[in-house]
Amino acid sequence: MRSLITSVLLGLCCLFGSAHAALDPAVLQGFASEDFGERLAVIGQLGQIGDEDARRVLEALENDSLAIGGGKVLIYDGEKAIDAASGVALEAVPEDIDTLTVNNRMRTAIEAAKAGMALFSTDPTVRLTAATRLRDGVDATTLPLLEKALASEQDAAVHEVLTLAVSRGNLGSGEAAKRLSAAIALADSGDPSVLALLEPRLDASVEPDAAVRAAVADAIRSIERRLAVAGAIGTVFTGLSLGSILLLAALGLAITYGVMGVINMAHGELLMVGAYATYVIQGLFQKYLPGMVDGYLLAAIPVSFLVAALVGVLMERTVIRFLYGRPLESLLATWGLSLVLIQTARTLFGPQNVQVDNPSWMSGGIALLGDTVLPWNRVVIIGFAAFVLVLIWLMMQKTRLGMFVRAVTQNRSMAGCVGVPTARVDTLAFAIGAGVAGLGGCALSQIANVGPAMGQGYIVDAFMVVVVGGVGQLAGAVWAAMGLGLIAKFLEGWTGAVVAKIVVLVFIIVFIQKRPQGLFALKGRFVES
Amino acid sequence: MRTPLTIRFLTSMPRKGWLALAIFALVAWVGVPMAHLMLPESSPFSVSAYTVTLMGKILCYAVVAVAMDLIWGYAGILSLGHGLFFALGGYGFGMYLMRQIGTDGSYGVNLPDFMVFLDWKELPWFWVGSDSFLWALVLVVAVPGALAFIFGYFAFRSRIKGVYFSIITQALTYAAMLLFFRNETGFGGNNGFTDFKRILGYDITSPEMRLTLFGLSAALLMFVLLLGRYLVTSKFGRVLAAIRDAESRVMFIGYQPLWYKLFIWTLSAVLCALAGALYVPQVGIINPSEMSAANSIEIAIWVAVGGRGTLVGPVIGAFIVNLAKSFFTVEFPEYWLFFLGFLFIGVTLFLPDGVVGLWRKLFARKPATETESPPPVQKPAAVPEKDEHLAAKGAAA
Repeated sequence: MRSLITSVLLGLCCLFGSAHAALDPAVLQGFASEDFGERLAVIGQLGQIGDEDARRVLEALENDSLAIGGGKVLIYDGEKAIDAASGVALEAVPEDIDTLTVNNRMRTAIEAAKAGMALFSTDPTVRLTAATRLRDGVDATTLPLLEKALASEQDAAVHEVLTLAVSRGNLGSGEAAKRLSAAIALADSGDPSVLALLEPRLDASVEPDAAVRAAVADAIRSIERRLAVAGAIGTVFTGLSLGSILLLAALGLAITYGVMGVINMAHGELLMVGAYATYVIQGLFQKYLPGMVDGYLLAAIPVSFLVAALVGVLMERTVIRFLYGRPLESLLATWGLSLVLIQTARTLFGPQNVQVDNPSWMSGGIALLGDTVLPWNRVVIIGFAAFVLVLIWLMMQKTRLGMFVRAVTQNRSMAGCVGVPTARVDTLAFAIGAGVAGLGGCALSQIANVGPAMGQGYIVDAFMVVVVGGVGQLAGAVWAAMGLGLIAKFLEGWTGAVVAKIVVLVFIIVFIQKRPQGLFALKGRFVES
Repeated sequence: MRTPLTIRFLTSMPRKGWLALAIFALVAWVGVPMAHLMLPESSPFSVSAYTVTLMGKILCYAVVAVAMDLIWGYAGILSLGHGLFFALGGYGFGMYLMRQIGTDGSYGVNLPDFMVFLDWKELPWFWVGSDSFLWALVLVVAVPGALAFIFGYFAFRSRIKGVYFSIITQALTYAAMLLFFRNETGFGGNNGFTDFKRILGYDITSPEMRLTLFGLSAALLMFVLLLGRYLVTSKFGRVLAAIRDAESRVMFIGYQPLWYKLFIWTLSAVLCALAGALYVPQVGIINPSEMSAANSIEIAIWVAVGGRGTLVGPVIGAFIVNLAKSFFTVEFPEYWLFFLGFLFIGVTLFLPDGVVGLWRKLFARKPATETESPPPVQKPAAVPEKDEHLAAKGAAA
């Protein structure tokens, strides 16, 4: 431990020690050469020196303000010249001053050199970014830097990245022992690009040492396993997130269809209403409360519920209540309602999609291994769906209204006989179903396009969830939504999205053959007309 | 005693009906062709090419509407998938039309343009024989017919009905639409089939061809009306209406509803497909958007506007809605959806028996003697609401 601290201190001394002295002009003289190779070498050297002067020179080079004049390397900003080595301003600009041309290879080298310097920054996040950048292109010039940085690194996350980076570099080392330890260290990586690096090493002509080959094979196996796990988690996650959206779309439909036996074809448009309500709230926040824009979503949740519920009550009072007991006609009438709602949205907001932005706290995601990232907006939606589900469950199981709704769902006339006000229950249930659709629309606005026709695609999917789950069954809707979401996403992996969708639809058609009342049928005996 | 078939056929319709049919045939087969070909364009009675094509198109729609009415009005099955059968018929005949282009396509190769575009070297297996007119006719009838039969068999066997059946047909159509949107499916993807040149070697844009197609559409409509008339006045039609009104009771008496429903369902699909096959050469294009959910539901509204459970109603409905559509989409495109939406709502709320029902209500002096079949029974007053609700939940155990 003590020796470690000593060595770290020594390293720091070396770094700071060189910072006080000016640069050796002999190092910079390489820039005067016409040979790009020599210039590249200078950039590499500057990167290894890594002090303030070196950084200044590199930045000047990057901004095309490094010049050669009077046999010296100068930093020239068009008016006055500074000696690059000493940092002293020249009294007169030399006559023969000429700016250095920087080509792409040099720019790449400058980037790498600057990243190399950032490795020794005092800020761990800067070090982490620098290490991550250098990791992907380790070569002979950056390897010593990385090793130096690794020796002094204290932050665990940076240390891990550096270890992988150094191991990558050491994989091509001349010493078998170094290669062996590199291969063993790389086994902890979850990066697909490491696989590409390791795979050629399985060949005996590339890798003469049998022990290293075995270690490489082990490393490949372990990386592949880790990637497979990460991929599976990613698929499960996207499946669950699709399932949550289906659930939000289907919950309201399950209530209205369960209670009234009416398929509300305008249900998708209630999603659209909720999404547009979110859009309006976002606009209001941007205009009147610009400081609290990130909070608009919280305000949009109750508003989208209320607006959609209001539209639902209007629909129920003016049209649907006159069509009870005529399910096919109400299907057509609600389709008409959906057309009217679509055209209304088009007239009010224009036919184009409108922009609803994620609040800043919902951007980004949780990075898993490899390329798998779980975006925050989807994580939030899964949580939101669970929240809505709990609310609905409490409403259905613990309140008087919920009891009435269940009673009417099971037997309308008996419920009426014992004094349940069925007409009022219908209206309230419809309002709640519509409001939940509005909540779904609010959630959807965060991940999908918001446009007049956005709801059209969801009605069939939502109804499929209700059918598979069983009418009026919350648990059924949850299982069906999650199951369909997961099946769709897993199929998508190897058949493509369109075929997956077709397969799921065919599966549902076959499923209904076997279980006409869905996964969770209502208990009891029924006879139709 | 068994009535001879001819007598039975002739008496299936009152004299007024035959008269109306004869006038229709005269106008479609003689009047319109003469007005189109012989009268100068300045004449007020001249019929333009646009009008002939529009009318031909609406005649095809009318056939679809009657086919829809046969299952919805007479068997109580609301299909939201008739757009699929219509489009399949269109695609079946469209394949033949694509082959007739021959080497006149943009690439000058004996392959449809979209296949050249996809870099295919030869026709896929399901295009074999598509250059034959007769095989095209077989495809037009057999493919939608087989699909309807298989789908219907499974659906009716497990007694899926009501809104369940409607939504499942919609899902089927939706799945098919997604399938046809893919380029790899081999039907031109997004763009479908277009740029047709010839039928049986004759130029498709010539006035004679236009009139022939128009005349054939009129003939098909008359055939469908007569067939429908014959079916609904037969014993078969009565069993069908009984199934519509009380399926369980029909079963308890000893009938097997499956075969009745399956027959009328498949027949309806095939009629739709025939209409689609005539529709495609007239409008000159077929693409997957014909299978969109909106199109299939619109068919139902034609029937509802005209009056379901009557045969002439759907024809009237198809004409009213489609003429209104032509008018609105030209004059007030932004109001068309409002109009259509309110039409859906208004008709279901205020005109449950459609225009024909309204006519009968207004001019009914001698009720019941002329009704073709008992109008659809809404709901016997004695049956409590509950039963309808359980029926609405669709499937029985």
